[in-house]
Amino acid sequence: MSEEVRPSVRVEGVSHRYGKTVALDGVALELPGGRMVGIVGPDGVGKSTLLGLVAGARKIQSGRVMALGGDMASSAHRRLVCPRIAYMPQGLGSNLYMDLTISENLAFFGRLFGQGRRERRERIEALLRSTGLDPFAERPAGKLSGGMKQKLGLCCALIHDPDLLILDEPTTGVDPLSRRQFWDLIERIRARRPAMGVLVATAYMDEAEKFDLLVAMNDGAVLATGSPAEIKARAGCESLEEAFVALLPERHGREHRTLEVPPRTMRDGPPAIIAEGLTRRFGDFTAVDRASFEIARGEIFGFLGSNGCGKTTTMKMLTGLLPASEGTAWLFGEEAKAHDLETRKKVGYMSQAFSLYAELTVRQNLDLHARLFHLPRRRIAGRVDELIDRFGLADYADELTEKLPLGVRQRLSLAVAIIHEPEILILDEPTSGVDPVARDGFWEILIDLSRNGGVTIFISTHFMNEATRCDRISLMHAGRVLASDTPAALITEKGAGSLEEAFIAYLEEASGDKPAQDDTRTLAPPNAGPSKERDAAGGRHPLAFDWHRALAYSMRESMEIRRDPIRLAFALLGTVILMLVFGYGITFDVEDLTYAVLDRDASPESRTYLEGFAGSRYFVERPPLADHADLDRQLRNGDVTLALEIPPGFGKDLLRGRRPEIAAWIDGAMPFRAETIRGYLEGVHLRYLSDLAFETYGEELPGLPVGLEPRYRYNQDFKSVFAMVPSNIAILLVFIPAILMALGVVREKELGQITNLYVTPVTRLEFLLCKQLPYIAIGMSSYLVMVAMAVFLFGVPLKGSFFALSLAALLYVTATTGLGLVISSFTRTQAAALFGTAIGTTLPAIQFSGLMQPVSSLEGAAALVGQAYPTTHFMTISVGTFTKALDFGDLSASFLALALFPPALTIASLLLLKGQER
Amino acid sequence: MRSLSNIFRLGIKELYSLRRDAVMLSLILFTFTVSVYAAATGISHDLNNSAIAIVDEDRSQLSLRLREAFLPPYFREPALISFRDIDAGMDTGAYTFVIVIPGDFEADLLAGRRPSLQLNIDATAMMQAGTGERHITGILTQVITEFVDERAVGATYPVDLKARYAFNPNITSSWFTSVMEIINNITMLSIILTGAALIREREHGTIEHLLVMPLTPLEIMVAKVWANGLVILIACGLSLWLVVEILLQVPTVGSKPLFLAGTALYLFFATALGIFLATLARSMPQFGLLFILVVLPMNMLSGGETPIEGQPEILQTIMQAVPSVHFVSFAQAILYRGAGLEIVWPQFLLVTAIGSVFFLFAAARFRKTISVTKS
Repeated sequence: MSEEVRPSVRVEGVSHRYGKTVALDGVALELPGGRMVGIVGPDGVGKSTLLGLVAGARKIQSGRVMALGGDMASSAHRRLVCPRIAYMPQGLGSNLYMDLTISENLAFFGRLFGQGRRERRERIEALLRSTGLDPFAERPAGKLSGGMKQKLGLCCALIHDPDLLILDEPTTGVDPLSRRQFWDLIERIRARRPAMGVLVATAYMDEAEKFDLLVAMNDGAVLATGSPAEIKARAGCESLEEAFVALLPERHGREHRTLEVPPRTMRDGPPAIIAEGLTRRFGDFTAVDRASFEIARGEIFGFLGSNGCGKTTTMKMLTGLLPASEGTAWLFGEEAKAHDLETRKKVGYMSQAFSLYAELTVRQNLDLHARLFHLPRRRIAGRVDELIDRFGLADYADELTEKLPLGVRQRLSLAVAIIHEPEILILDEPTSGVDPVARDGFWEILIDLSRNGGVTIFISTHFMNEATRCDRISLMHAGRVLASDTPAALITEKGAGSLEEAFIAYLEEASGDKPAQDDTRTLAPPNAGPSKERDAAGGRHPLAFDWHRALAYSMRESMEIRRDPIRLAFALLGTVILMLVFGYGITFDVEDLTYAVLDRDASPESRTYLEGFAGSRYFVERPPLADHADLDRQLRNGDVTLALEIPPGFGKDLLRGRRPEIAAWIDGAMPFRAETIRGYLEGVHLRYLSDLAFETYGEELPGLPVGLEPRYRYNQDFKSVFAMVPSNIAILLVFIPAILMALGVVREKELGQITNLYVTPVTRLEFLLCKQLPYIAIGMSSYLVMVAMAVFLFGVPLKGSFFALSLAALLYVTATTGLGLVISSFTRTQAAALFGTAIGTTLPAIQFSGLMQPVSSLEGAAALVGQAYPTTHFMTISVGTFTKALDFGDLSASFLALALFPPALTIASLLLLKGQER
Repeated sequence: MRSLSNIFRLGIKELYSLRRDAVMLSLILFTFTVSVYAAATGISHDLNNSAIAIVDEDRSQLSLRLREAFLPPYFREPALISFRDIDAGMDTGAYTFVIVIPGDFEADLLAGRRPSLQLNIDATAMMQAGTGERHITGILTQVITEFVDERAVGATYPVDLKARYAFNPNITSSWFTSVMEIINNITMLSIILTGAALIREREHGTIEHLLVMPLTPLEIMVAKVWANGLVILIACGLSLWLVVEILLQVPTVGSKPLFLAGTALYLFFATALGIFLATLARSMPQFGLLFILVVLPMNMLSGGETPIEGQPEILQTIMQAVPSVHFVSFAQAILYRGAGLEIVWPQFLLVTAIGSVFFLFAAARFRKTISVTKS
């Protein structure tokens, strides 16, 4: 592999657009292998898109991308080389599984690349040792600090010894110490595997200084390529940051100048913010430990510290978002309380994560907030325009916020935070992920606000050059404030050359933790055969279905489900509850129907007639009706479902043989109930007639000349429970498996872990089938619970073959989870997936599958849906085995139909699921 | 006043967000049109298109007449099968009813030997078995009576019973199913729209953002309730007018404004329930499960699918505390029986009362759960 001298990546005329936005415009590049190549440039110039295309995570729209000796447009080539490429997407740990521990995450990626148990263990151990993560191997990824997440992400990327490592802004939002450790780690790995090429996008110019080759990008095009020295020489600048600004076209660079922070004019009055012994605990974890500080009016106060050290929590306590466990904070001499609306008007807050409405445009967001802060109506339009102008948002004013590049979004967030002209600004890492030019622009505004507007600014940051601009800074670590002073004083205190060094010195002193610098030997390759040889030795073709890879997904999914006991409990317990409710609640045995009588005869004969109703178990009598109006009213009210009227002179007419007529009104609002009532009514009437015949003539009612023998088959007592319980099993095996399945996949899409499908060797088929397995297992356990309930609780004997029923259940659950998969493959948000599954299952399963009435009686679309829905066939089998004692032979048609669903649904999801992002 | 304006603004924001969500919008459209139509035309609770088969071992003039007596729309054309096909046909659910006419049936009848007809009923087809038996018996009786008209009976009964169906004279199912489907959709949609919207805002951090502004959680909640409720109310009104009245030709006798007013009260409850569930769930999968656990029983047991009179006493009592029961009941009263406010006001009151309790419950949990975010 080391003989690889040809370029490892070649990009020719690549263009990429999202809707109308052009992300890349005819980019051509040639990147050598075995080198460290940096891509630098402002946000939204197409860096991430380019990396995604090279990694094979995005679909190429036009142009050619050649990587590792093949065309990335060809899916065969992608499959072939993806074991040799590692891709770490943007965002802190966005492709990690937050519920899984560090070692479980690593093991998952190891399995995806087909590593055996021993190899995997050795590799994981080595990686953990070298990154210093080994003490935390059993900690869930979600509980790691940002720096640790990124190290873990790197470990996951490195587990298969890639030849090309692609890192998309890996150190954005990571503290200096972790950042330094991160790059040390990369250096050591490169020292061990010199052939490995590294392609990095970064916003830190100091990092870029160390790369072999830089690609400066702007507006979807390449500005310059060359070594850092070459680029600086070309621009004639001292630092890379200046060189980069100089390289920008006029339009962008023109207004840029070196920032000067004018001295602060002292103001009178009490401090703007005082914190005394602020403490916040989450359970037994102390996030902030007795933090105290004072911030004067108009001061810019910086907050520095590693990720997860309590900066955000402190800020939330100041804004009143979180109540403090102990200690107090005062804003302008007033205690900060959680519910104080007046204080909030004086404060502008910008949270770490972007939290404006992505579905509104820039102008709409500003307008909404102006109104929510109750700016005078006539000032709103002016203020919004002023901010749009001041923050350079004019080009984006009517664009949807979700389509904006990160830097622009941060500018918008700041604009929103100051729309009501607050006296205090609390900014939580506002410049994370923002390029240098935009950052300077951002700071210009902050300085103006502070020096000219007298606004107090409390800001947290990871950028040292930003920290030096603050009047004073606090260093925070593990919930405690280590030091608070002017930047210059802090540097002198530690005798350091720069603030960064001073900060690292403070951190190392506080944590007593030396980075694992000198144990390079632990990185000794575990049986470090190059990946190609390993594949050859394994004899596996990367395109073939591979159970190792596939099971990796199953195991991971089951672990995640186990970590979420609430979900599992709901899934099983929910089934039990629904089974109980439906088993007892859904019934067609209608009893206790209310009726009332308008007896206008009140003779012994009429009373005899009515005795039949009073004695019937189906009817419950209500007080007699007064007149026709009363009858109307009671029916209308729904007080009675049946009203009988006996005409005046009924008794007399009967005795004289004049055939009196009794009138009955049945509430027809619910057709099924109305029909049933009519049946009961006629039954009572006939009984009366035959009793009458027997009493009067001493003989039976003259009947038909033929006998009619109705036989209620399968359910001699004609009781609902025998039919409904087996049907309920069929119904209940649809909803929960389908919804769990659909959300399981869409969740990965929403959280970004789906990238792992795009860039690892796992195929779509493996992904689909094996994400399904744990949910099939859940479905089958629900099935067993329900059968047990049917037999032992509801007393519905299973007359037919349990084996046949179970086999059908297995096919059926595979089909219903498959249904969830199909829905998940075309929905993007969890809400839509939930809604889609609910609609896609309730109506067909409840109405068209034979629960309410036989499928053979359905018409039109309903009949088609019924036949094409798995519930119909499983219901036939379930009812058949339970009540009709049927076996495979009798039910072969239903089995055959049911067996068609799993493959059909899998193929459908396979076609709908995309193997790459667009 | 400021509060009202906040609620109004936030609600407008909700509407903007919904407008951008094409998938959600098309699903709403789908449920209130296609699925209402499909449910109304596809399912009928009365005997309709029943699958019947006849084993004719007589092959006489009378048996032919019997075979021809079963007509659409109640019955599909009877299948003529042999005796040994009965079990298979009934086992697979191909036939719900099988009539067996024995050999020499006509001859025996004329000779006064009182032959027997056998009627097999698949008693697992709960909704059809009972009504079907009555219809079939009636038809058989009529044909045979006509055949031997010298011995006609029926005119000699001493008392006549004249039964009519009030409000729906032909007990047409689509009248019932269409409106019930709308009701089910209302419950389902309002819970999903508000609940899922809240969870999404929580996951994206936008809720936190609202909480640092001079807004109370109550205002945020009321805004969600009114905006989502309004969307569903409009969808429901349009569906009732365009799909139910115009397309399906269902006559609704009662006052539609009154029905929509009641729907608005119910929506108040249902949206509050959605928010409440969202505060219970920590993630969307959990919300999904909770949703199923709550919505299915509400839809299945409120009298919109099966008669509530059949449920065990305890369940009926419990269900009285669920507003969907009252919603189904007053919807039927208003739309079919033309009941006015003087009749349905107790149910309106109940729905409002239970809705308010839920709303306060949800509001209490709301503040608690959103302030303790992931960090």
